Amino acid sequence: MAYAAELNSDHDHAIPTGWRRYVYSTNHKDIGMMYLWFALFAGIVGGLLSVAMRLELQEPGIQYFNGLAQLIQGASPETAMDVGKHLYNVFVTAHGLIMIFFMVMPALIGGFANWFVPIMIGAPDMAFPRMNNVSFWLLPAAFLLLICSMFVEGPSGANGVGGGWTIYPPLSTTGQPGPAMDFAILGLHIAGASSILGAINFITTIFNMRAPGMTLHRMPLFAWSVLVTAFLLLLSLPVLAGAITMLLTDRNFGTSFFSPAGGGDPILFQHLFWFFGHPEVYILILPAFGIISHIVSTFSKKPIFGYLGMAYAMVAIGAVGFVVWAHHMFNSGLSLATQQFFVAATMVIAVPTGVKIFSWIATMWGGSIDFKAPMVWAVGFIFLFTVGGVTGVVLANAGVDRTLHGTYYVIAHFHYVLSLGAVFAVFAGWYYWFPKMTGYVIPNWIGIVHFWISFIGANILFFPQHFLGLAGMPRRYVDYPDSYAYWNKISSYGSYIFAFGIVFFICGVVYTYRRKELAGNNPWGEGATTLEWTLTSPPPYHQFETLPRITGSDH
Amino acid sequence: MADAHAKNHDYHILPLSPWPFTGSLSAFIMAVGAVLSMHKLAIGGLHMGLYIFGAGLLGVLYTMFGWWSDVVREANQGDHTRVVQMHHRYGMIMFIASEVMFFVAWFWAYFDVSLYPTDTIQYARTELIGAHWPPKGIIPFSPWELPLFNTLILLTSGCTVTWAHHALLHDDRKGLKQGLWLTIALGALFTYVQIVEYRHATFGFSGHIFGSTFFMATGFHGFHVFVGTIFLAICLMRASRGDFTSKQHLGFEFAAWYWHFVDVVWLFLFAAIYVWGSDWGRAAAGAAGH
Repeated sequence: MAYAAELNSDHDHAIPTGWRRYVYSTNHKDIGMMYLWFALFAGIVGGLLSVAMRLELQEPGIQYFNGLAQLIQGASPETAMDVGKHLYNVFVTAHGLIMIFFMVMPALIGGFANWFVPIMIGAPDMAFPRMNNVSFWLLPAAFLLLICSMFVEGPSGANGVGGGWTIYPPLSTTGQPGPAMDFAILGLHIAGASSILGAINFITTIFNMRAPGMTLHRMPLFAWSVLVTAFLLLLSLPVLAGAITMLLTDRNFGTSFFSPAGGGDPILFQHLFWFFGHPEVYILILPAFGIISHIVSTFSKKPIFGYLGMAYAMVAIGAVGFVVWAHHMFNSGLSLATQQFFVAATMVIAVPTGVKIFSWIATMWGGSIDFKAPMVWAVGFIFLFTVGGVTGVVLANAGVDRTLHGTYYVIAHFHYVLSLGAVFAVFAGWYYWFPKMTGYVIPNWIGIVHFWISFIGANILFFPQHFLGLAGMPRRYVDYPDSYAYWNKISSYGSYIFAFGIVFFICGVVYTYRRKELAGNNPWGEGATTLEWTLTSPPPYHQFETLPRITGSDH
Repeated sequence: MADAHAKNHDYHILPLSPWPFTGSLSAFIMAVGAVLSMHKLAIGGLHMGLYIFGAGLLGVLYTMFGWWSDVVREANQGDHTRVVQMHHRYGMIMFIASEVMFFVAWFWAYFDVSLYPTDTIQYARTELIGAHWPPKGIIPFSPWELPLFNTLILLTSGCTVTWAHHALLHDDRKGLKQGLWLTIALGALFTYVQIVEYRHATFGFSGHIFGSTFFMATGFHGFHVFVGTIFLAICLMRASRGDFTSKQHLGFEFAAWYWHFVDVVWLFLFAAIYVWGSDWGRAAAGAAGH
């Protein structure tokens, strides 16, 4: 693709200053920056919760959470053990919700997509700049409600929401009658509204604001990935909103959607939840696919292999992703025919996913590969995501899932695709685009060292969990029999290594900001062909005041 | 807006706006108030939940008023170029699409029980409803009385809003206002009839899946009718003060789209819950099957 972008001078005099610039912002780059810092903050909170859980699981028995219960929740020494067990589940729940709704989604969609989708398609801003800002500011509100829930009563005598991010009834209705669950439900409502508005904004922007000549078949793959993601958000989140509204009325107003005594059906919640929840996991990973495509292409100095296949593979994943939800429910009493359908449909998703993996490898094949930090993270992503994808195919089998459901095998699987997939893509994107967003170069060695700490730490953390799961260790328990002690200890060590990597990462960010080495327009060279590299670093407050004209042929 | 930049494109670059922040803050206050009032929690001995909720709600309404006033002002001063109008159309279509998916959840809950009243795995439910839909001991509304009347009201209101639209396209301001007045009146009449119907229900809201699905599905629809009526009333006010031209009247069009969406949801509710879900409907379906 050849771009003939006409660059514009910066009109510094019009840039708003002070707190209003951000709080009242209508600028996609400023809003994207707020999203990224928010994601970093929420990620640290969610990460600390997980380190606390690994600390507890390092040895059999309950060592820390009884003390934490006394410290945080003021439990008496007699009740500390019981409250501590619940507190562990509160940590599990908050870790899941925070990492999904307040870390990965804000980083990939709110942060990187806000920043780079308009620029990549040659647009001056998002279609609805004001609505863009409400999408952001609803998130701190939702996050605060979730944090509130940790400090008010859940089940009688203990604080916070336990029971996992899936909040199945009856544990989320009669099981935890206190206000904590209601805080969490309303927090999810608000986070959902934020994402729906964001989805509307992205779809409109991508359909209506592509620069002259930027046909859909010339559009960069990251924009494609966000387009598909936005459709998944738009169509799945309202169903979750309905489901949690039913929870709310069951809890507070006497309806009986999920109460068998009143003719309700707890399985109904699982259907509604996973009709949202399964598209949600593709929402988390599709933007990552987009980022990885750009990085692999840039540092292989080749156009992406099989561009159209890559774009339509994402469309296929998004479409089929809507009809696989019940593979999360194989143990809930589904009929055999239903299980057969959902096994087959789930396996089908491996095909377009395979198209993506092989196309990334084919892009690298014969390329002049430059193993700079973003590329190292991207290759790490491809390797680890493939491991998680393969265990996903294992779990797709209803018969195998009979025994693996609810074990650490599932934990290992989805952390390989999310913690080592989506999160590695977040860091890959960070090292790739940081020079563009801030104008400063991150020294390459920082990204490389951070990568190896994380890669080693995360594998030590999550690979042993496959063994634990196969041996039958269930998830969401604060304690376990001694026979699981060995691999739990190893897994916890991995967690500390990964956490140290995050500390190293933050130090690297501070160091980079103090060092202030300027990046120039394009630090990555000839392989970086998308429009953002034609702009200054950081780009002008309003880019493309004269729209670029895109020339070249369709793929 | 008056932007200092030399911009050579038709997109709308906006100035700073307080509304996103005030709206989010108000939503947070509303949520806190809702939890406090649902749990009858006191702060310093005072039961303030409802007041906090009300304060948040006022903040949300004020934000909506301020935000959409800005949009109307921008439209009137010509910021909404052709491409920006296209943005708004896409945005409204997708908003309605998300609303459709919201109603999918309520229909899902309804069909989960009404399609499988004899499911043996759901033994507690099957026993409660007597393996029959409508459940034993429940007397549903006859579909051919108030529900049919309300169907006709909404269908008629769909006609009157189209009348108003045609009048607007032909610069017939009087016809526009008459059509809108009639539509709003029909909308209000629908809401009134729905309230009358609710008051005559022989089944309750709580404790039984029949009432839960019936009242939540029709209740959310009723709320959307209420919102749609307000939307149309705003359009009437704007029409009266001279807004809208035959060429550009997105606010009116979106109110009409929204109204048709509400209308279609009702048709599905009427067909699925009132007709098919009644004794009459099940008898007719059974007769057809044999």
